[in-house]
Amino acid sequence: MKTLDGPNFWRSLEEYAETPEFSEMLGREFPRHASEWDGDEDGVSRRRFLELSGASLALAGLTACVKQPREGLVPYVKQPEDVVPGRPLFFATGFTLSGYATGILVESNTGRPTKVEGNPEHPASLGATDVFAQASILSIYDPDRSQTITKLGQIRTWPAFAEELQARVKTSRALFGDGFRVLTPTVTSPTLAAKLRELLGVLPKARWHQWEPAGRDAARAGARLAFGQPADVRYDFANADVVVSLDADPFTFGPGSLAYARAFARRRRDAATGGAAPPRYYAIESTPSASSTLADHRIPLKPSELHAAAAALLSAVSGAAVSGNAAPDARYPWVAACAKDLKAHAGRALVIPGEHAPAEVHALAHLLNEALSSFGVTVFATDPVESEPVDQLASLSALVADMKAGKVDTLLVLGGNPAFDAPSDLGFVEALQRVTFRARVGLYDDETSQYCQWHVNETHELEAWGDARAFDGTVTILQPLIEPLYGGKSALEVLAAAIGQPAAKGLDLVRAHWQKQHPDGFDAFFRKSLHDGFVAGSALPPKSLQAKGTVPAPPAVPRTGIPGDLEIVFRPDPGLFDGRFANNGWLQEVPKPLTKLTWDNAAHLSAGTAKGLGVKNEDFVRLKVGGATLDAPVWILPSQPDGVVTLHLGHGRTRAGRVGNGTGVNAYRLRAAAGLWTAAASAEKTAGRYEFATSQQHFNMEGRHLVRTATFEEYRRDPEFAHRVEEVPKISMYPGFKYDQHAWGLSVNLSSCTGCNACVVACQAENNIPTVGKDQVRRGREMHWIRIDRYYEGSPENPAAHNQPVMCMHCEQAPCELVCPVGATTHSEEGINEMTYNRCIGTRYCSNNCPYKVRRFNFLDYNKDKHLPVLTLLANPNVTVRQRGVMEKCNYCIQRVNRARMDAEKENRRVRDGEVLTACQQVCPTEALVFGDLNDKTSKVAKLKAEQLDYGMLVELNTRPRTTYLAKLTNPNKDL
Amino acid sequence: MSQIFNRSTNAIARISIWGAVFILAGVGWAASILNRSAYNTNQGVTVMQPVPFGHEHHVSGLGLDCRYCHASVEKSANAGIPPTATCMNCHKLIWNESPMLEPVRESFRTGKPLNWRKVYDLPDFVYFDHSIHVAKGVGCVSCHGRIDRMRLTAQYPSLQMEWCIACHRNPEKFLRPKDKIFDLAWTPQDQETLGRELAKENHLRSTIALTNCSTCHR
Repeated sequence: MKTLDGPNFWRSLEEYAETPEFSEMLGREFPRHASEWDGDEDGVSRRRFLELSGASLALAGLTACVKQPREGLVPYVKQPEDVVPGRPLFFATGFTLSGYATGILVESNTGRPTKVEGNPEHPASLGATDVFAQASILSIYDPDRSQTITKLGQIRTWPAFAEELQARVKTSRALFGDGFRVLTPTVTSPTLAAKLRELLGVLPKARWHQWEPAGRDAARAGARLAFGQPADVRYDFANADVVVSLDADPFTFGPGSLAYARAFARRRRDAATGGAAPPRYYAIESTPSASSTLADHRIPLKPSELHAAAAALLSAVSGAAVSGNAAPDARYPWVAACAKDLKAHAGRALVIPGEHAPAEVHALAHLLNEALSSFGVTVFATDPVESEPVDQLASLSALVADMKAGKVDTLLVLGGNPAFDAPSDLGFVEALQRVTFRARVGLYDDETSQYCQWHVNETHELEAWGDARAFDGTVTILQPLIEPLYGGKSALEVLAAAIGQPAAKGLDLVRAHWQKQHPDGFDAFFRKSLHDGFVAGSALPPKSLQAKGTVPAPPAVPRTGIPGDLEIVFRPDPGLFDGRFANNGWLQEVPKPLTKLTWDNAAHLSAGTAKGLGVKNEDFVRLKVGGATLDAPVWILPSQPDGVVTLHLGHGRTRAGRVGNGTGVNAYRLRAAAGLWTAAASAEKTAGRYEFATSQQHFNMEGRHLVRTATFEEYRRDPEFAHRVEEVPKISMYPGFKYDQHAWGLSVNLSSCTGCNACVVACQAENNIPTVGKDQVRRGREMHWIRIDRYYEGSPENPAAHNQPVMCMHCEQAPCELVCPVGATTHSEEGINEMTYNRCIGTRYCSNNCPYKVRRFNFLDYNKDKHLPVLTLLANPNVTVRQRGVMEKCNYCIQRVNRARMDAEKENRRVRDGEVLTACQQVCPTEALVFGDLNDKTSKVAKLKAEQLDYGMLVELNTRPRTTYLAKLTNPNKDL
Repeated sequence: MSQIFNRSTNAIARISIWGAVFILAGVGWAASILNRSAYNTNQGVTVMQPVPFGHEHHVSGLGLDCRYCHASVEKSANAGIPPTATCMNCHKLIWNESPMLEPVRESFRTGKPLNWRKVYDLPDFVYFDHSIHVAKGVGCVSCHGRIDRMRLTAQYPSLQMEWCIACHRNPEKFLRPKDKIFDLAWTPQDQETLGRELAKENHLRSTIALTNCSTCHR
């Protein structure tokens, strides 16, 4: 690689190697056939071009000749209080993932939920959401959701089901419930747990099993090992000066990640702007996580080494004896420096175990935190948040064993999808079919429903009443935004039916439960809790627990016995999670952090391992774990430890729906009970090639200083470092603009961005951006207005990764504006580069002339799905749904700017700072994006732009972008 | 070698070339006439409604304020079409057996809303906001004409972009005092002076800002 005068940045391995294919691809205006005729692999011949242009000329004028039908106006019969047509309402509720809630506010436009925002007052949200909560709005309207109750495929009514269920309960009663089982995912809902216990009260011998494929068994067992009792821990990153992650992904995964990410990013930002001491983050991990892009040090390790490394760290910190590790320091040279750093910050240090790390590593992390006196400062132990914390693998295994033994005659599966995601060696599906009465409550008629006689269509979370707890125990009461679109019942209502209340409504059940807890002033309590989005004071108080005990013995390391075997790491997919979001097009298409793959998962290998196996990107490897095999396509991932293959769970669904069926490979096939998160595997190259759709190599910007980084030390020595690399032209041929009123601008902080994609999907939801499908992504036609570029710096084995969100820069001297022949893209009085869709004739000159390549073109009618009646409900009414042949791009959420400006003008005042939040800014967990008025010198964004770290991308082209970046600062340990 | 073309061809060529210019101009003229015609714009076209509601009777005759029915005109982009319950406030008592009002009563009885037809039907890519126009001093009459004299409601302006932009370029020609917004009969003494004063008083954005694309399109 040629050396630049700046740091060595590169973006993909092909680029690093500068292969001829890569250079050729870059030579084209739009990489990957983007400009070719759809479906024509050989491009457009001259003859075909003439044919088409002749035909389009003939048809050109005619398309405008269709007289639009006159629209209707349908008023209410009785208008509900507070509803003003044209103004949205926001309702506080919660979004749950693996049982844990995040507080959200849902925008409702005359009864249609259209957008999810974070609830600023909720401790797990703080105004942000993750990518899953953003995309959940699409799932409500999913036309593939199951829409009826069925028995053996025949449509049945709710009373018919309730009657049969009650009959089962009645017969079971005679046996005290023997043989009656309920299977749920993780439950934190107080009402649901109470109902389950009520059922168990009626049927004392019945049992409640739990299974969550991406569950927290290891955390539960680790806490038991360390504290001797069940406990949950939560962290306070605001107090943490040194953070060591033991295979954790604290900022983008897990119930508390939004709050953690915000606190950590704030610490870094305060250090950059105010001179406070910057925090330091060591990421020790078996596969690169999104959080590690913020790390000051990344240390790749095999999963089997994690325990030894953690034990060595503990030994170096506390001097405790570490059994079985003769000379740990020799294997892990970083331990001494890291331990020294931790000890120097004792009382302000934090060690976080990964949710998927073995229980022993969790125990070690607790011991480390104890040794560092972190408890009560950066770590807080509480009672478990879950309603019934059990070892879920044991719970599911027991259920399967009983089913196999014929001891189960009734099984009620409430949610989840165990037939797809149970450990493959348990034989769940075979065992299930030995149960006499099998009923499933689920959103989709999926893999599990296939094997159950009864399927009850479940209400979506935004259609039903319920409650759930957040990572710190805070209770949120979930309220519906809309009547169930397809009818349906919630798990709560099905349970109520089982205990003889088939007509009970979710609201009454939730109210009845909370009335018992708060008999005094209940109505006021309930209204306030609903309004606020959480029950005040319901967070679990910290408990003083002591982590004690000896260093746990290392977990057995599975080996295949074959020389050169690999270790598999399973992870929930960054888009599909455990597979539940497989039919959500937004989550399928969002480029995954780091890999930038869409619509697929892959076997991620390090370059060295791939070379050893003789495979390249898009080759197949056959992975073998125990008796199970899986052919998976390869995608080489920098920073991946050698000898480790990472597979994301959740792909390869067969009954997910039209969107989710058959994407990627089903990693669950290799996932056995003994190796839920890691296992030994053998791998060999097999025949065949695969084609991935990745956004990785599109729009490459070569050898320019796009991402600028420095260490805090370098920055303090040379605060102007971000401006040393380019020459900004001072003059221009074009007359400047004057901004008398507002001048909108955006600042993006690269020190904070984790690349979590929440902004990408928030933008998609806010601006009616379509998904295009895998084939179109391969052609470079993805429509996301924000792309998160990911750059690597340093050696390909263990480079530092940087995220850079790129959206329209709203240049003061925009190259696009000058070349539009019809004036469809123009400069507004407030400096926004406007895009007027109804003027656009699709010449694409603007995109050709855009140096940032942030413009998106509707090559096909990607929105035709929006004409499905149910999906028309999803669209944001304040943004045009674009048709084929129209260019589009980020417009700084002009609909939000206009609304705020009009509201301010009606009150005869200026728009206040923070009154306009762009969709991306509002959702960002780390507050990396700040939007505001540059003319208001006191605004947050104006202050950020006055920072020395502020720089513009490609300013040497004299575009004078309005969107600028704050250079990334890291705080590496000098001893490493 | 003999000529391929006869000399008369020259004349034919001239006539057809000049003729083509006139024909094209003629087609263009016809297209522009058609474009501005009521056939295309629906200007002045009365739309049949489920109930033949008369603004003349309700506004001039009974003196109802616009906002009694169009309640959100000062708050929202949509002026608001009254819910059936609003009609029934009066029509429970008067004309409560009129066959013409049967659809209203039926809606109230059954809970099924009335299905009016839009008179002012802007394209979907235009984002008009009633509240800001009212706040800035644009009266109802500027866009809706003397609706207090319309028995059945018709579209008063052409609603073509040239009509919108004529006001956005010269708002002072249409601004009126806050207390005359809903007064359809009021006419100013000296619109030019008054308009300029009001534009200042109401902090109207510059005409360039008002004619930015994103003011109406997004």
